[in-house]
Parts: sequence; C-alpha cells; structure tokens
Amino acid sequence: MTPSLLARSKKREGNGGTLGTSADCVIQLRGIVKRFPGVVANDGIDLEIVRGEIHCLLGENGAGKTTLMRILYGLYQPDEGQILLNGSPIRIPSPKAALAHRIGMVHQHFRLVPTLSVEENIVLGLHEGRGPFLSPRKTRKKIGKIAEDYGLQIDSQAKIWQLSVGQQQRVEIIKALYREADILIMDEPTSVLTPQEVDQLFATLRTLVDDGLTIIFITHKLDEVMQISDRVTVLRKGKVVATVPTAETDKPVLATMMVGREVVFRLEKSPLDRGEKILEVRDLHALNDRGLPALRGVSLDLYGGEILGVAGVSGNGQQELSEVLAGLRRALKGSAILLTHDLTHCSAREVADLGVAHVPTERIRMGTVPNMSVRENLILKSYRRSPFCRWSFVDQKAAHQNACRAMEEYAIMAPDDRTAAKLLSGGNIQRLVLARELCGEPRFVIAAHPTYGLDVGATEQVRQVLLGQRDRGAGILLISEDLDELLTLSDRILVLFGGLVMGVVDAELADRETIGLMMAGTAQERVQA
Amino acid sequence: MRVPSFLRVERRATPSTRVVLGVSLLAIVAALIVAGIFFQAYGVSPIRAYGDILKGAFGSRLGVTETVRRAIPLLLCGVGLTIAFRALFWNIGAEGQLLIGATAATGVALFSGVPGPLLLPVMFLVGFAAGALWGTIPAALKVKLGINDVITTLMMNYIAIYIVEWLIHGPWKGPTMRGFAYTDRFPAAAILPTIGISRIHWPTLAVGLVLATLAFVLVKRTRWGFEIRVVGENPHAARFAGISHFKITVLAMVVSGGLAGLAGVGEVAGIHHMLLGPTHVSMGYGYTAIIVAWLARRNPLAVIVTSLLFAIIMRGGDVIKVSLGLPFQLVNVFNGLILFFLIGSEILMRYRIRLAPRRA
Repeated sequence: MTPSLLARSKKREGNGGTLGTSADCVIQLRGIVKRFPGVVANDGIDLEIVRGEIHCLLGENGAGKTTLMRILYGLYQPDEGQILLNGSPIRIPSPKAALAHRIGMVHQHFRLVPTLSVEENIVLGLHEGRGPFLSPRKTRKKIGKIAEDYGLQIDSQAKIWQLSVGQQQRVEIIKALYREADILIMDEPTSVLTPQEVDQLFATLRTLVDDGLTIIFITHKLDEVMQISDRVTVLRKGKVVATVPTAETDKPVLATMMVGREVVFRLEKSPLDRGEKILEVRDLHALNDRGLPALRGVSLDLYGGEILGVAGVSGNGQQELSEVLAGLRRALKGSAILLTHDLTHCSAREVADLGVAHVPTERIRMGTVPNMSVRENLILKSYRRSPFCRWSFVDQKAAHQNACRAMEEYAIMAPDDRTAAKLLSGGNIQRLVLARELCGEPRFVIAAHPTYGLDVGATEQVRQVLLGQRDRGAGILLISEDLDELLTLSDRILVLFGGLVMGVVDAELADRETIGLMMAGTAQERVQA
Repeated sequence: MRVPSFLRVERRATPSTRVVLGVSLLAIVAALIVAGIFFQAYGVSPIRAYGDILKGAFGSRLGVTETVRRAIPLLLCGVGLTIAFRALFWNIGAEGQLLIGATAATGVALFSGVPGPLLLPVMFLVGFAAGALWGTIPAALKVKLGINDVITTLMMNYIAIYIVEWLIHGPWKGPTMRGFAYTDRFPAAAILPTIGISRIHWPTLAVGLVLATLAFVLVKRTRWGFEIRVVGENPHAARFAGISHFKITVLAMVVSGGLAGLAGVGEVAGIHHMLLGPTHVSMGYGYTAIIVAWLARRNPLAVIVTSLLFAIIMRGGDVIKVSLGLPFQLVNVFNGLILFFLIGSEILMRYRIRLAPRRA
C-alpha cells in the first residue's frame, strides 16, 4: 500500500462515527461571499465538512453550489470569507494549490482529451518522470493499484473517445485519486449516466468513503440526496438554508427548503385522448457529425394528443433523430411522413412552415442569437412572413407587439424587448424559445431536453406548457435523459440504443429497471423474457 | 491570466455607446503616442509632426480636397466591408476587388464602344459586377468547401494585382504612352466630373454617401439585414431557423465586392483617367478600409466619419514625406498601430476594470 493510502486507512479507523463535532471537520467555510456583476452568487456561506462523510450540496440552478465548490477548488477567489483546512486557514489561489491541499474535483463536463489514452490523460500536467520523459511503467503500476483498491476497473491504454460516459467519469475519479486527493468534489455526477451506471458510481463512492476519503456531492436531485449522503446542506439564492443529517429528513422537507415553497411532485395530467396518426417514421437511417451511423433503422408512430418520450443515454441517436425530423440533417434512408409530407425531403425552413415546432437541445447555441434582442429572437422563424415582413422590411411595430404578447403569456422576464437574449437567465431563454416555437399552434412538437439545467420552478412551467400542447391535440416527441421526467410526462416511452429502437413501453406500466436495461442495450423482448 | 489583487475585472453587460466611443478614441490616442516614439527616433518632435499633418490636411484648400478625394475609395470599400464582417465573412480582399472593378471599367471605357452619355453608368455597373464576382468566388469556396476566407480573399488580391500588371505591360499597353506601362487615356465621356479644379470626383462621393445610408437601412431594417446579422452572430441558430448560409454569404460578398469595385471605377475614371500600376491605382485603400470598417464598429453610417479620419492619415503620409522628409511607410506603421490598439481594446468594452475594495 502506498503511504497515502495507508494514511487514509488509519484516518478511517480513527473516525468513530461521531459526525458533527468541529474537531472532525476537514473543511470549514466561514462567511464566504462571491459577487458577480448583478448577482451575489454566494452570500455569507458557512459550511462544515466532516471527515469521511458524503456531504450533499443541494440547490436549484443558480443557488450557488458550483460557485462555492469552484472557490474551494481554487477556480474562483472569494470576495470575503475564510477557508479552513483541518482547523487552519488556507488560501487556494489555483486548482494546483487545491490539489496540493489534496482537494480534487470531478467536473460536470469532463476535462479529458478525447484523442489521448486513459493513462496519458491521468498524468496530463504532472511532472513525474525524469526530465522531459514520462515514466509509463510507474504510472501504469500506480493506476493499477488505484483500480484494484477501489474497484475502478479501466483499460489504461484505451483512448478516451472509445469510452462510455460512465467510464470517462471513472477516469476523472482516478485522475483525482492519482493526485492523492483526499477530499473529492463531484459536480452533478449523475446527469449523464444510466440508472445502472449511477448505481455503480454510488458503490464506488461508498468504497472511497470507507477508505477514509471525504466526498462533497453537488446535485439538484432529491432522490440522490436520500440515497447517497450522510448529511445535506441546502442552498438557496446564495445562502445556506440548513444543514441536516439525511436520516433525519425527507424529500418534501428538502424540496421545500430548496425552492422556498411547497412543490407539487405530481403534475395534473389529463387522461390520454389520442387523435389521428401525425407522424410515421419508417426505417430511418442517418449519420452523425463524424460520419458514423447514428440512426440504424428507427421506426415509430406518433399520434395527436400524446407525448412520446424518447429515453436513452446521450449519444445513442436522440440528437440525430430530432435533427432529421427538423430538417437539419439528411436521412440516408427511410421516411418520416408528417400527415402527407415526407420530412426527410424538406429543408429546415419547409419543416417549420409545415407547422413543426422544435425546441432544440442546445437552446442558447441553436435556439437563440445571444447578441440580438428578445424581440428579434422571437421572430427568428417568422420574420419573413406577414405581419413581420412588409416589402422586405422588418416591421418593428409588429415585432414589438408580438414580443409584448409573448413576454406576458410565457412570463419571460426582461426589462424590455430590446434586451439582448444573452442577458436572460436559462429559464427565461427556454420560455423565449417555447414562446417562439409554439406560436401558431404547431401539430408536431419536437422537444429535446426541454428542462435540462432549469430550476424547479422553470421546469414545472415548461412541463405545464408541454402538457397544454398535448391537451390541445399536438403530437409531442419528448427527448430527455431525465427518466423521472419521461415517466411523468409521457404516454409512451421509446428507448434508443446505438441508433436502434430497443422497445416502446407504456409509461403507466413502465418500471425504471426495464427502461434502464433497455438503455444499456438489451432489447425489450429479452428484458421481459 | 493573472490579475493583480488590487484590480478587479468585471464583465459588462452591453457596452454603451459612450463606452464604445471612449474606447475607440483611447485606441487612437494610444496609437498616436506610440507613433510619436517613431517620430522622435527620426529626430522630429511628434508634436510638430502631428501639427504639420493637421495643417497639411486642413490648412489649405488643396489639403482639404486631397483629403476628401482619398476618403472616397475608403468610404466605398469600408461600407462594403461592414456588411461582409456583419455576416462573419473576413473579407481581406477589398484591394483586389477594387482593382478588378477598375480593370473592368477600363475595359468598358477603352474597348466597348458604348455611346457617350451611357458610358459612365455602364462603367459603374460593370465595375460593380466585376468586384462582386471577385468577392463571391471566396464566398462560395468558404460555404461549399470550407476553405478559409481570410486566405482566399487575401490570395485573390495578388491575382488581381498581377492581372493588372499583365494588362498594362501586355495587351492593354497604350500605344500613345511612349513605352510607359499605362493604358491609353480614357475618352472624355469616360472621365468623371470633379468639383472645381480639385480631384474630388463628386459622383463617386455621392454614390458612396447614398450607399452608406442604404447599407445602414439594409442591415438594420430589412429581412436580408436580419438574416445577415443572424448568420454573423450565430450560424447555428441561422441553420436552425432555416436561413441559407450560402445565400447570405454570397449576398454579403456581392455587396462588399461590388462596392469595392465601384471604388476602383472612381479611381480610374475620376483620378487617373487610365489604368496604371496597381499600387498607383489603389495605394492600399482596400487594406486600410478594413481598419476603417472595424473602427466604425461595422456600422455603415459611422464609416463616413472613419473613412475621413483615415484619409487624413493618408494625407499625413504625403506631408511627412514632403515637408519632414520621412518615409511614407510611417503611415502604414500608424495604421497598423491603430488596428493593434483597436483590437486590443475590445476587451475593455466587454470588461470593466476597477480598483478592488480592500479586503476585510
């Protein structure tokens, strides 16, 4: 056992399970304040992390969780406040300094070089070998040791791009352990994983804690808090609401603390009133951006008045499916008949003119023009039609009226309609996109990750809007990685894996286990057999 | 980048007009100061040099008219470039587009046989078309084949330069020019009228001012301007909204190249009355216009002001050569400095730097 691992084991023995006394605190944050122009991201935060615990940091988007952890990891400098490590104050000017204090972080978006191997990524930035040379044998031995001690099996020669997202996350964890991190910050680590991968991650985290590590786990998902943490700190609007032992609380209490009011978990969903068939997709094939097959014969039917959920781990063809249907990607083969028109032969403009609404995955990158005004963003798809276009001139008055109506109807918060879209919060941007796409009563709505990254309040609103469209009789294709969302909103759920349909299940009868297995590539018949 | 602890860097939401003007002015002042070091190194007091330049530009009637006539091609090229830059097409090729416009107009003037009163309008039309064509080639190459626009537009300048060289040394070499590498003089019907005895060919100036206004309306008010801005600000959103990247890029380059072509027509029909060596036809107007458009923050109306500013600087080149005996190339140094500080100061528009409050 390497000295550091030995030290950890000893620590673990010394930790007799009495959580909460300040002597056990590895990290104390005192009065941390961090201001950004216009917002106070952290407003006097006090936080104590006890050695050997899994401490959840729970809060909505914008509550200040990530900012706080970036301060602890040396990416931001606090404007006020103090950080204490084992009782003595420290400064953390950079991630390098954080690592020197044995604080590691696994970011939500991985910091890996896709074309390099696992091993190369792990030693990236370290100076271990002699002079300019690497010492691969020593590296491999140390990685092997970590893998063995913590059950983190990985092929250290594989290139990152060949690995699944779950495996890449494992590499990030090994990277932190390789640098002998003792305190591990995990920023929303489950957002990209299948349910099975989440279970595996949780098992790993427990092993790490048993070995004496301390884990800070950032999340906005209540189930995860209940499942994994020893204690939980709830943040709201940059302040600590409370820190409580997980065993002494429950989901509704935490939700109320997080949102500041009571939250309805069950949305009112009217019974299914299925209309005529709107969309018939048959044997659809398409390539991804890298020219590899992304859809390999997808067939589906969508009826008016229903929501068809599309489940799958990201990168299994969902993105390409939505793009083909929106006229943004060419199909190699197959058809997608919307009532009487084949969408695979239409341009994006023609598809939009057929009454198809598209809420894109990347709402900022694709859905808006950040430097242009709310008013202009709201007519991004209709600017060339009456009443916005007269004699080739954009009618500012009509555009202004349209903006006023949309801002009121969808509660888009902006000082006025000339405000640049980039100044809006995520929820407001999504409402802007919805307002634009859903005007003119579309028959077919493609909604890709419509609530990703939104806070609880905004999520609720977006879901209500989608249900409203369903009740109006539109057919909705809902692509999401949030299984709870799919189960709540959908009437049927289709699972994509490797560009193939693994099966379609009735949402009322579906269980997470079955869907999880299908997401991992087991066909429906085999799951049920 | 590490920031000293007594300074605080903050993001600005949207820079106000005052900030934009202030920062632009700051860049020019910084360039003046650094250029002053060069004057000092030549043994000339920078204050005297700048005084002479201003006197040269405004001190006499000749100075004023020479300044204005230089502003004409800068105005036309600059307005065109604002449109290209709005569409995020890096047109470095206004110089070549200008030369091709001049060449096409020369062809019409000398060889077409178009009757007198129609000759000048046809020259302008053909000059526009030639510049537009020269500009759309790199546009098509970029959108269809993904070839870098900076490189193609830049390289096509050299093609244009050598086409002109070849014509004036070869097939178009004027028999009446006693062996000089010029074409013959234009017929009287192909020569633009000027204001008094000056070299201000006012029809081109009028066209430039009108087009600057039209370009402003195009960008701010029409659906095509809307499409150009969407493509330039966020090509992904443009694709998402069903806006054709190809059509818009070609449109922007037809305008940009065409306007540069018009500038070329003005130079040969208004100043030289013949086609001659490329460096005489243009003197780098196409390159200087890049800075003109950039200083105008891609606003076609603001180009009217910035083109005049750079005309003063170019006129200043004449002054420092004649009255101070310094090389004309100092002008290029100065232009380079302005662009350098201008781009360097972009960050000041997006971020505010202030003293940090004392730590508690």
